Amino acid sequence: MNSINLEHPNLARHGRRFALSALALAMTVTLSGSFAAGPLTKTVDIAKFAFVPKEITIEPGTRLRWTNHDETPHTVTSQAGKKVLSSPGLDVDDQYEFVFTDEGDFSYFCTVHPMMTGVVHVRKAGSKAP
Amino acid sequence: MNEPRPSRREALKCLSAWSATAVVWTVSGGVPSALGATNTGATAKADGGDLTFVQISDTHIGFKRDANPDVVGSLRRAIADIHTLPQTPAFVVHTGDVSHLSKAEEFGSAKELLREIHVDRVHTVPGEHDTIDDGVTGYLKFFDHDGNGRAWYSFDQNGVHFVGLTNTLNFKAGTMASLGDEQLAWLKKDLSGRSSSTPIVVLGHIPMWTIWEPWGWGTSDSAQAMALLRPFGSVTVLNGHIHQVLQKVEGNVSLHTAMSLAYPLPTPGQAGIGEPGPVKVSAGELGKLLGTRQVSVIRGKNELALIDRPLDKGTA
Repeated sequence: MNSINLEHPNLARHGRRFALSALALAMTVTLSGSFAAGPLTKTVDIAKFAFVPKEITIEPGTRLRWTNHDETPHTVTSQAGKKVLSSPGLDVDDQYEFVFTDEGDFSYFCTVHPMMTGVVHVRKAGSKAP
Repeated sequence: MNEPRPSRREALKCLSAWSATAVVWTVSGGVPSALGATNTGATAKADGGDLTFVQISDTHIGFKRDANPDVVGSLRRAIADIHTLPQTPAFVVHTGDVSHLSKAEEFGSAKELLREIHVDRVHTVPGEHDTIDDGVTGYLKFFDHDGNGRAWYSFDQNGVHFVGLTNTLNFKAGTMASLGDEQLAWLKKDLSGRSSSTPIVVLGHIPMWTIWEPWGWGTSDSAQAMALLRPFGSVTVLNGHIHQVLQKVEGNVSLHTAMSLAYPLPTPGQAGIGEPGPVKVSAGELGKLLGTRQVSVIRGKNELALIDRPLDKGTA
């Protein structure tokens, strides 16, 4: 892509403009990451028909992001009780995010493959793990 | 990521070794016995049956990954194969995972493709891939067979009672899928009053016996369904889900899983695999692992003949 742009003056200009825009965007992202009070993000991988890690402890206000790496669709769905988590079917590389504001234990599973289960423990810093 | 691990490649050798051969089964007095094997897909003793139908399964319309980038092409090959059968099937049954992601466009595309089969009708049951986001709601917009707003149903054909079940709902975390109390109550009512000599054919997606629990390859309350079916002299259960041919006999009840028309899966709990995800094989191997099944009911002899027909028949 870059080599094509450089061979054509107009495209090259567009390419530089794009590069500058990209740089500005990168700076924005960096600045927001450094100074803005966005939620801390932690991740859970969905791979080989399992949630990895199966169990995770986070603090209130944390964003949790699940990414499906399997070629088979999965969901992130709350178990019986509070239906906090309710993702659509996640295809390959699809993501689902949820910001946990309340403390508690949030058990979930994949409705397509109910043998797949996981749990999120939301605890304030310093409080005891369950 | 896209390259299969050597262990997976090795493991597929044994899968292809037996899946590529069509095995002919008959059911006489409810007890199946192997008549012989053919890898030509010849209809052999199934010819002349009073009722012949075809089972297809796991088309996964919408799947585009390396294990099979052309599932539509695979389904069309199967349709062409069905059209070569010497005895025109009365209908086709599809034992679930019609779609890959329960999307309306996938159901719509599948329905159009199934209309290309030269049969009066196609009976389907939902797979778990057809009930991902909103249960059977999206599926029923395209495949509500009796207009009752339920995915389970029954019908009679040539003296055989067919029951289509849904075992991809009632999911409970940490357990295998189930039929559920409401459906079991319906099944009990549906079967009550029927002569025990009535041949029964049950269609369901997930195997109605526990093949490999860690992968969810079973139905947690299938024993209750079996108790309702056991009094009948000839019961044949046709399942999909595991993308390979396996069978089990329990008295008068014979249970059979079928090949997929999308992609292979590992053998149950296969060492070195770890999860039941799509398995990539060479283009030459794929057609040996995908296929259809011809089923014939021969009245008077009380025989049921099953012939598994890979897309690639191979050489004799």
